[in-house]
Amino acid sequence: MSTAPLELVCPAGTPAALRDAIDAGADVVYVGFRDQTNARNFPGLNFSRSELRDGIAYAHERGREVFLAVNTYAAAGDPAPWHHAIDDAARLGIDAVIVADIGLLDYASKRHPGLRLHLSVQAAASHADAIRFYHEAFGVRRVVLPRVLTVAEIAKLTPRIPVETEVFAFGGMCPMAEGRCSLSSYVTGQSPNRQGVCSPASHVRYEQRDGGMVSRLGGSTINIFGAEEKAGYPTLCKGRFKVGDFAGYLFEEPTSLSTGEILQDLAAAGVKALKIEGRQRGRAYVSEAVRHFRRLVDGLADGRPTPDAVTALRRLAEGQQDTSGAYRKAWR
Amino acid sequence: MTAAPRLTLGPVLFHWPAERLVDFYSRIADEAPVDIVYLGEIVCSKRAPFVEPVLPDIIERLQRGGKTVVLSSRALVMTDRESRMVADQIAAARAMALQIEVNDIGALRELAPDPHVVGPFINVYNESTLAWLARQNATRICLPPELPGDAITLLAAASPVPLEIFSFGRLPLAISARCFHARAHGLHKDSCRYTCGNDPDGRTVHTLDGEAFLAINGTQTMSQTCLDLSGVILDLFARGIGHFRLSPQNMDMVAVAGLYRQLIYGQIGPEEVQDGLSRLANGLTFSNGFIHGREGRAMIAARLGDPH
Repeated sequence: MSTAPLELVCPAGTPAALRDAIDAGADVVYVGFRDQTNARNFPGLNFSRSELRDGIAYAHERGREVFLAVNTYAAAGDPAPWHHAIDDAARLGIDAVIVADIGLLDYASKRHPGLRLHLSVQAAASHADAIRFYHEAFGVRRVVLPRVLTVAEIAKLTPRIPVETEVFAFGGMCPMAEGRCSLSSYVTGQSPNRQGVCSPASHVRYEQRDGGMVSRLGGSTINIFGAEEKAGYPTLCKGRFKVGDFAGYLFEEPTSLSTGEILQDLAAAGVKALKIEGRQRGRAYVSEAVRHFRRLVDGLADGRPTPDAVTALRRLAEGQQDTSGAYRKAWR
Repeated sequence: MTAAPRLTLGPVLFHWPAERLVDFYSRIADEAPVDIVYLGEIVCSKRAPFVEPVLPDIIERLQRGGKTVVLSSRALVMTDRESRMVADQIAAARAMALQIEVNDIGALRELAPDPHVVGPFINVYNESTLAWLARQNATRICLPPELPGDAITLLAAASPVPLEIFSFGRLPLAISARCFHARAHGLHKDSCRYTCGNDPDGRTVHTLDGEAFLAINGTQTMSQTCLDLSGVILDLFARGIGHFRLSPQNMDMVAVAGLYRQLIYGQIGPEEVQDGLSRLANGLTFSNGFIHGREGRAMIAARLGDPH
């Protein structure tokens, strides 16, 4: 069976990663500016204005596209960095901006009526009424679905909304509805919505204890690893905690989302585009993930199975473990 | 702006049995010095069938006690069934001439231009979002709990509608499709056995080193600490905030509301409120870090800084 090819939307934290992703077969690369206007506001990451201009040129020469994530919430009293991000992206010929904030959607739709708006996952629009609302109010043309829906729910949703859907296909995953989580700011004062960071490295400490390793965030123990275990980064919701008799990964295991095995189901559910998470990842990781997904997506479009690409993606997954996450109902 | 600060009582976030809710709201109706009471199961649609049969009586009881009732909508809507529940709630609110508190933006599409309240689960971080929502006929907006005081000050100065601040109770920090109460009991959400009902104040989550860290309430993750803004409420009022929300906990909420009432009328100071709350609190500790621009779990003994 042959289906319309899924669009492959790939991350880039640097200009080199953008070129690698394009060369590896990305249809679209998404990026952010080097400030708090995007949800991967990490040191050494992201694009200047001139780097974005060059990146757009590199993509357009090859028939590909670039999206800009402006997906944090503008600060009270100082919307200028967010407005400038949208104005500059429009001026540089961006193919779409990815936005979550109602105030910014209003600004972008009025100031740049021709600019293509995508609704960020950070808006957590998880059902038809919410998605229609953003379409009718601001002309949003695509929604990035929050990582809370099953494939069956997505299949019911897509025919009822007047916009394209993009879903997360690979990489890190939040167990919480995105854009509605203050766990990081409760513990560190730094939030995804405001500062574009979660469980920031500035608040992380590792401590050797009894042959193992303790990882802490803001002074609190997020995990204790045995000598035989690989110590992972203390992202708050991926830690081990105790509740009564339970001790373990209460919110989510430190696994990576992978959809290699369910791409056909996602395509059949009416999904338009697949998103690979990981603007903070290195070039090698991004280009490998993109290359395998390119083969998966092309194989699916041609009706040709590519099980070796699924296996290769599993090797790339965090901690060698992967999960189809909320796409299967049993996850809940 | 409002002549005097008003206290509101947020929706019960925990899974309390229906008979307990009836008793709780009877006392609130007669004794609690709050002007506005929000009602509704906003955390989990599986709990709603237990609550809905007693709601009409609770509404009637509260109205007889002189309270303004607002129906709070679900914070995370995922299924068709949940969408229909929101639509039914909106229809019920219209039939009873009550306002809805919108906690998921989808409800706004069904609702506007009816007057409504925007709840703390809608991301309102700046003036333009505030202005846009006000133009859709919001009559009051409860700001997200993670906003710092300087942002609140700016929003209060710019807001065309009254603002409300989450002021007391465990903070709702995150919501998920996954049920953590079920998971902690080795169950899935579909067969959860309503284990969240055993924890009327939420269930404390400890770190592996034994630190009380967070709390779970079904699909919701909450603060371990209990928010207490008594130290800054008068300051926030002076900056234009007129409504202060007390979120129900498993303690004497009539007494809690009484302490805040005395505070806003200048009869007692913040230290006396804090002493009183500590006696009522069943061992919960308090925090106010977000309002001071710090980590939410911190407790800062200071006045609000000037906006920068």
